[in-house]
Amino acid sequence: MTGRVGGLGPRARLGVLAVVLLVATVGAGGFVWRVHREQAAVRTSATGAPTRRNLAGVRDVPHLVFRNTALGTDYGRVALVPLSAPDGPRAVTPASCERVHATRDEALCLASDRGLVTTYRAQVLDAEWAPRRDLPLVGTPSRARLSRDGSLAATTTFVFGDSYANPGQFSTRTTVSRVDGEVVGDLEQFTLVVGGKVVTAVDRNLWGVTFADDDRFYATAASGGRTWLVEGSLTTRRLTALREDAECPSLSPDGTRIAFKKHGDLPPGRWRLAVYDLATGAETLLAETRSVDDQAEWLDDGHVVYGLPRSEEGTATSDIWMTNADGSGAPTLLVPDAWSPSVVFPGGR
Amino acid sequence: MYVTLRDRPGGTSGRKRPGGPLRRVSGTVVLLGTVSLLTDVSSEMVASVLPLYLTAVVGLSPVAYGFLDGVYQGASALVRIAGGYAGDRGQRPKWVAAIGYGVSALSRLAMLPAAGFAAITAVVTADRLGKGLRTAPRDALIAAASRPELLGRAFGVHRALDTLGAAAGPLVAFALLASLPGSYDSVFVVSFAFAVAGVAVLVLLVPDLPSVPGAVRAGVRRAVAQVAGTRLRRPLLAATLLGLVTVGDGFLYLALQDRDDFAARWFPLLYVGTNVAYLVLAVPLGRLADRVGRGRVLVAGHLALLGGYLLAALPGGGVGLTVAVLLLLGAFYAATDGVLAALVSRLVPADSRGSGIAAAQTAVVLARFASSVLFGLAWHVQGPRPALLLFAVLLAGAVPVAAWLLRGVDRPAVAAGDEGVAA
Repeated sequence: MTGRVGGLGPRARLGVLAVVLLVATVGAGGFVWRVHREQAAVRTSATGAPTRRNLAGVRDVPHLVFRNTALGTDYGRVALVPLSAPDGPRAVTPASCERVHATRDEALCLASDRGLVTTYRAQVLDAEWAPRRDLPLVGTPSRARLSRDGSLAATTTFVFGDSYANPGQFSTRTTVSRVDGEVVGDLEQFTLVVGGKVVTAVDRNLWGVTFADDDRFYATAASGGRTWLVEGSLTTRRLTALREDAECPSLSPDGTRIAFKKHGDLPPGRWRLAVYDLATGAETLLAETRSVDDQAEWLDDGHVVYGLPRSEEGTATSDIWMTNADGSGAPTLLVPDAWSPSVVFPGGR
Repeated sequence: MYVTLRDRPGGTSGRKRPGGPLRRVSGTVVLLGTVSLLTDVSSEMVASVLPLYLTAVVGLSPVAYGFLDGVYQGASALVRIAGGYAGDRGQRPKWVAAIGYGVSALSRLAMLPAAGFAAITAVVTADRLGKGLRTAPRDALIAAASRPELLGRAFGVHRALDTLGAAAGPLVAFALLASLPGSYDSVFVVSFAFAVAGVAVLVLLVPDLPSVPGAVRAGVRRAVAQVAGTRLRRPLLAATLLGLVTVGDGFLYLALQDRDDFAARWFPLLYVGTNVAYLVLAVPLGRLADRVGRGRVLVAGHLALLGGYLLAALPGGGVGLTVAVLLLLGAFYAATDGVLAALVSRLVPADSRGSGIAAAQTAVVLARFASSVLFGLAWHVQGPRPALLLFAVLLAGAVPVAAWLLRGVDRPAVAAGDEGVAA
């Protein structure tokens, strides 16, 4: 049927093909088998990070709630460490979340069940980490936030697939709900005001909510390749831009400053952590020079914490880092093998 | 019964493949389909986990991912023409295609160490460049290996195999992730293995064009003359015109999920639905194109698209309507993608076939790019429904014009004994 290829006859070519297929199969199969063995080994040799049993004990003291990314059976589970010993043993809960935010009494958990049909869920978890209520969720989990008193929940997900031949097109969906399940609103339906003008562009996107009180909140708005820090009100359903180039805001415990990530003139997909003073409008770049793509959380009025993917050995895991909110000092590793931090003071701040 | 007389536009006949009349679709086409199947398993494995990998593991934000997707789409149009021409010029389309497949295969392996945004962008771009490079020379090989009156069927078989791979890829990827949680590296390695298998089948089993003793190498001037010649002018115009009013399916899915909860919940599955319809319809519509004329089927495919716009623009939603839109989209792809290649490859002489196919595909890609920008603007200003209705009106206007441009295109001047088939 064919001419000679590379001087080989048909039989020889079939032979070479068989060898190539064999090598490919054995190579890929061997790699998968090795990963499988490694994961099994990690599972059996305890877990990747030391754990503690007394979950309730941690819950009673000031603590950090996060997604455990230490390889092992507890990978992806929500875990807790006391603020007094953040790099010590962690207490692992039964809940698995990709993004989690917690208050004293409950937690907001975003997860996707991957499979032939990937489905997504947003759940309010009770004090025992059991699902109490499902909230609507569409798309890949991105950000989760509860209001300080735990009555409001905001979720941001990423509905992808809309970028056909259209650079810069993407779609997020940010929904605010009461934790009793009542949907307050899809922020994209709110009125967006930038520089006194209403922005009606359909490519508006909203993400990264942080609540100030039962009505006011801050978030990121984007349209036409620009982003703004916006202040919003749930009652007036209005978003007002405060400044440009600010994403994923996080309000400080004293309510005076906002930590955010700023794109500036960095290459695409890179951000710098900064703090914005709501009263003066002053911006302070923080000491963290690595690119942070996370919604930061305030440890106290002087420190912010945030997740960073670990750059060496691939990107399978991430760590939670801490840096001073006034731009001084150097970042320190707070919790290894962790992601999506929230700080909880059981007795109030 | 079909006619065994060969009709070679431009009179470059002289190659005879043994066993021609007995095979409805040549072994080369099935082999090339297998190459595409393996490669698509490989590329869709990565493509389906990429959004999760980037946002959940690498930690890129939605904005960055959107940017990346734009890179994805833009990169391949540029190298397409180069690939088509290079295949013609050296009369070795197989090896040009092999380079394209090889580059894409290597890009899988490069995903392993690539951690940052820039690295992943580079890898994704390399993959797309490979895809752009290989498409036209591969289609030229399919055309060369197929009897002219069965071209629609041959391309249908190839596209069906290709789509089968695209449907299987995500399944393999998610099965892997389900058994090895978080091990994206396993996905990349297995994807690489599939890609290597595809390249091996191509390199070792697919015959290149037999060399024609004393054949003159097609120079740029000849390729340009053929592509810009009178035979291709009207089909290229028609393809461009139709491409200008074709809305990317991403926008259609967005419009669907905008109006109903079913589509929103199953958003990731919408393109699978389209692919299944495409898979099932590719061969029947290719055969139909061979019987009633490729131009007609191409035009009719756009009527299916028009139906899709109208159904997607209806105010109410629901499962039935969403599924109907997916079916119409699948029918549109089945009636146009392979059929266009089949149509064009008969209108240019064999030595310029790659360039001709590349020209048509590039015209479509660029026109659709322009249409996406325009549609994006319309969506911007008026919202999804008016934008869809606007494009439905434009498409309804473009279809008769395209039909007029394509009239008689299935009966090229040289046709010897082709009439019996077309009747």
